[in-house]
Amino acid sequence: MGEDVGRYGGAFGVSLGLLDEFGPDRVRDTPLSESAFVGAGIGAAIAGMRPIVEIMTVNFSLLALDQILNNAATLLHMSGGQVAVPLVIRMTTGAGRQLAAQHSHSLEGWYAHIPGIRVLAPATVADARHMLAPALADPDPVVIFEHGSLYNASGSPEPDGAPADLDSAAVRRSGTAVSLITYGGSLGKVLEAAERLAADGIDAEVVDLRTLRPLDDDTVIGSVRRTHRAVVADEGWRTGGISAEIAARIAEQAFYDLDAPVERVCAAEVPVPYAHQLEEAALPQVAGILAAVRRAVG
Amino acid sequence: MPSLGADMTEGTLLEWLVRPGDRVDRGDIVAVVDTAKAAIEVECFETGTVEELLVQPGTVVPVGAPLAVIAAAAAEPEAGAPAGTPHARAGAHPAEHQAGPIATPLVRRLAEAGGVDLAAVHGTGPGGRITKADVQAAPHAPAGDGPSEGPAVPSPPQAESHGHPPTGPGTHPAEADGAGGRVRASPMARRIAAEAGLDLARVHGSGANGTVRAADVRAVLRAPAAPVPSTASAQEPAAPAPSPPTRAEAMRQAVGALMDRSKREIPHYYLSTTVDLAEATRWLRDRNRQLPVAERLVPAALMLKAAAVAAREVPQLNGWWTDGFTPAPAVHLGVAVALRGGGLIAPAIRDAADLPLPELMARLRDLVARARSGRLRSAETSDPSITVTSLGDQGVEAVFGVIYPPQVALVGLGKVVERPWAANGMLGVRPVVTATLSADHRASDGATGARFLSALDRLLQQPEEL
Repeated sequence: MGEDVGRYGGAFGVSLGLLDEFGPDRVRDTPLSESAFVGAGIGAAIAGMRPIVEIMTVNFSLLALDQILNNAATLLHMSGGQVAVPLVIRMTTGAGRQLAAQHSHSLEGWYAHIPGIRVLAPATVADARHMLAPALADPDPVVIFEHGSLYNASGSPEPDGAPADLDSAAVRRSGTAVSLITYGGSLGKVLEAAERLAADGIDAEVVDLRTLRPLDDDTVIGSVRRTHRAVVADEGWRTGGISAEIAARIAEQAFYDLDAPVERVCAAEVPVPYAHQLEEAALPQVAGILAAVRRAVG
Repeated sequence: MPSLGADMTEGTLLEWLVRPGDRVDRGDIVAVVDTAKAAIEVECFETGTVEELLVQPGTVVPVGAPLAVIAAAAAEPEAGAPAGTPHARAGAHPAEHQAGPIATPLVRRLAEAGGVDLAAVHGTGPGGRITKADVQAAPHAPAGDGPSEGPAVPSPPQAESHGHPPTGPGTHPAEADGAGGRVRASPMARRIAAEAGLDLARVHGSGANGTVRAADVRAVLRAPAAPVPSTASAQEPAAPAPSPPTRAEAMRQAVGALMDRSKREIPHYYLSTTVDLAEATRWLRDRNRQLPVAERLVPAALMLKAAAVAAREVPQLNGWWTDGFTPAPAVHLGVAVALRGGGLIAPAIRDAADLPLPELMARLRDLVARARSGRLRSAETSDPSITVTSLGDQGVEAVFGVIYPPQVALVGLGKVVERPWAANGMLGVRPVVTATLSADHRASDGATGARFLSALDRLLQQPEEL
């Protein structure tokens, strides 16, 4: 359920055709009230259903943050384990499409702060396809962040492929000189940077976090222990963001393996601008990732 | 190199706390020496002026080898002190030097910027704290005054944060980087260098701002016969010698050698008695009730005091056997302390029989803490005259110990337990402890040992007299 998920097929076309296939009992358009329809989703989950709630963008999800944090993430704890909330919330995140500041932010790091929910950030078509089933199977709330710029990505995931592993990060490219740690909409830029670095003889490893909560420390720290350098790239703001959490964990767990300070490539600390050039300038780009890697590798 | 225990044959000089030109008084702590058991602060046994340090830090020398030359006191006029007066002051009071002057970060920053040595500034703030005004009023040293003088203005907080093995400031005049600060190096480079025993100051940093990186350290380690002068450790990595024993292994060997000698040479005899502690326990409880927690006494302190007084009453057990018995002039009560990493050490509470109980309690607490942190003084480890071992906190009721040569007796104390006890024809439940004595039959006979245990029992029935 969600705004325009039925007849319109979803603001980004994600649920196109589902109404015809599954009917109005299972595919529901809701009023424009994030708090109300997320709350309804929580109620349905408590009552034994497995609802998927779509919120149009992460910016709008703030209207439902009370429901997500104070109810969905908390009820299992407050009921002494009696009331589980097997809810899946999907929402769009990220910038790059000239939708301006109220539709473009990357606040998944805020959600990753909350104990009691699982936070997913698929970066590939296969993950977007195969994370949904295990997310529904999870007895606790799962929030899935889909980067808006990835909706046009194409690929051919196996129709009956195995459910994705929701606990592990993935090494998308193996390397020895530096670990590039990223997720979601930044993965493509990071992989492109890695290819360019390879041309210069710098062999970068690319880690796709996939799950922002709980973070897969083993994969991240294991990679840094091999490469001794780390660059974190994400579209969130730098201050207090998920990149800060990752840098802190590296400092805590791999300090004596570090041969250079951890570098971060994040969004400029401004509301994401509307003008194309300004928006591009505010977001992490390949050039910025290359510069950070060169500082780290020296 | 002083003998810091009967089992010590050699020691490693870890650190000098004085430098040539410093005045030292008998009893000052002048160096730190590593035995197989612990790092021990060595007290000076002469008064005078340090003329020359003969042994470099990190060197192993046998017991008896000269470490430094000290000139007699009279020959040294005050005006003749060498140029770096702040040095001499800092060196003569190593404890103060280590603690550093009391100053806020702001004051330290101002001092650093102005080239002021905080150690030489008199603090006028509360508790001797150095204030901003003190720094501004202090004479400013010319900053960055030539590399050879660089380390002559030690900056205590920086010296403390130095990552590599402690060496006195100025022992590496060539590589100090003018600012006297620490080498800029990545954590990984630091780790690799530490593992290989390489001084980072000798590595050229290729990173930004001269940062030493892992590759720089590896390059130096790979280079055959690299131009690394003087220190033995830096030359080793090329051909790693059979690795030296760890502290735990060395400790095991040292304890083993000493105990082996004890059982080989000393004909032990053993006595045991059970002491009623009802009176002592009651007295302690009443006394502690009136005291703040920090000043309360534990039963162990009372029993140590009783053992010390009993040893004074039975001098045949208090002393050393070397080609005959030498009685000790006072009771220096060794206290066996189990170390957390394994092994044990038995430093002495000096003049224990003459100490008031609160003082003995404080000494005991201090001694155990320092033994476990590996910072004992030479006088504490070299001359215990009788040792007490207590395994009560481990739950055992009696311990028949092995004597520490060349001592002639070892007192064992077990756990204080409640037992049915008959006294004056009445049966009651009382706290009791099993006290044992292991003694050297060459120096005394069973009757002497019996007098000791009986004295111990008697003393513990009159705790107020202790």
